[in-house]
Amino acid sequence: MKNELIDYVLHLADTSLILGQRLGEWCGHAFVLEQDIAITNISLDLIGQSRSLYQYAAELLNDGRDEDALCMMRNEREFKNLLLVEIPNGDFAQTLARQFYFDVYHELQCQALLNSKDERLKAIAEKSLKEVRYHVTWSAEWVIRLGDGTQESHDRIQKSINEVWMWTEELMSTAPYEKELIEKGIAPDSSSFKIPWMNKVKEILKEATLTLPADETKQSGGKVGTHTEFLGYILADLQHIQRSYPGLKW
Amino acid sequence: MVTIDEIWQKLEEISDPEIPVLSIVDLGIVRVVDVKEGVAHVVITPTYSGCPAMNVIEEEIQSKLTPFIKLDLSTQLSPAWTTDWMSEAGKEKLKAYGIAPPVDGPGGMFSEVKVPCPRCDSSNTKLVSQFGSTACKSFYQCNDCFEPFDHFKCHR
Ligand SMILES: [Zn+2]
Repeated sequence: MKNELIDYVLHLADTSLILGQRLGEWCGHAFVLEQDIAITNISLDLIGQSRSLYQYAAELLNDGRDEDALCMMRNEREFKNLLLVEIPNGDFAQTLARQFYFDVYHELQCQALLNSKDERLKAIAEKSLKEVRYHVTWSAEWVIRLGDGTQESHDRIQKSINEVWMWTEELMSTAPYEKELIEKGIAPDSSSFKIPWMNKVKEILKEATLTLPADETKQSGGKVGTHTEFLGYILADLQHIQRSYPGLKW
Repeated sequence: MVTIDEIWQKLEEISDPEIPVLSIVDLGIVRVVDVKEGVAHVVITPTYSGCPAMNVIEEEIQSKLTPFIKLDLSTQLSPAWTTDWMSEAGKEKLKAYGIAPPVDGPGGMFSEVKVPCPRCDSSNTKLVSQFGSTACKSFYQCNDCFEPFDHFKCHR
């Protein structure tokens, strides 16, 4: 079961890290300073959460690798993040659609982890939940603001809400390493998020005068290391300094 | 022999690198101070997961205490820090420094929590952004004196 727990903790850590890295790409590029700061604050929270998780994974692994090695020296196929978080930022609408879908899921996940039989995961979730509540408020407000805004903003957020939809099914999927952890009460069953996730998404989209995308193509695989072509480029950006100068410190 | 009280006093001298008017004790992040068999045990808790000040704070605690006593410094996540742990003195210092102390409110979407202006005390203020210059602050502006100011987010 220990290997399953390590895989699960890495899945959580990788998901937060990669989304944090993606959001960090907005630094200095957002349309107004306040939102530039908001996006990078959310990025920082996620990277902080991933650190707590990598530290835990490193302790469980106990093979001499520390949090930095896990983040900087693992290859693409070893990453277990959700595909949703690795898709490109696109315009602000696309970043926002991705963030909104993720935040609603992340809040449900942190809440469920408060009941985990694993004390460490429970503590990390308790800490993260306070931050995630701000994230979901931010992203839901912006979906409403854009959807119920001008014709242009409405059309653009609707387009992104539709396009990002195909990556959301994986949020509610179960990887092989999760099965035993679910039975033991360590990990929540992600399929149990389906209804509350859908309810919240519907509620916000309705308020935003947007329509729920129709079920179409679905894509998953990130949780077991099968990624899109985008992850390699993210890792190249993220890891190249440590790969070039291993052990380098600021 | 260093006493527990003396360790608290030394910790009081360490300020939050991002809000220098607050000591780490005012901020409420020092969870436990104990001395056992000549070793000081200090437990701290982060305000936010990604708070970049934590590493600096750890280094400062090390350099402040290790000349006097052996130190066992650890970090604890649960129970998670809340702004309720901030001292009353800390809240006064924040206001004097121009940062509105934490105000609780309904929160949620399009929140209308009224945070009094630290400059003129007017409650006629508006939220500019939930995210401010650091993870622990949101950004407001006063509609009466026009002062832009930080609000130390209420974190529960
Ligand atoms: Zn004022």
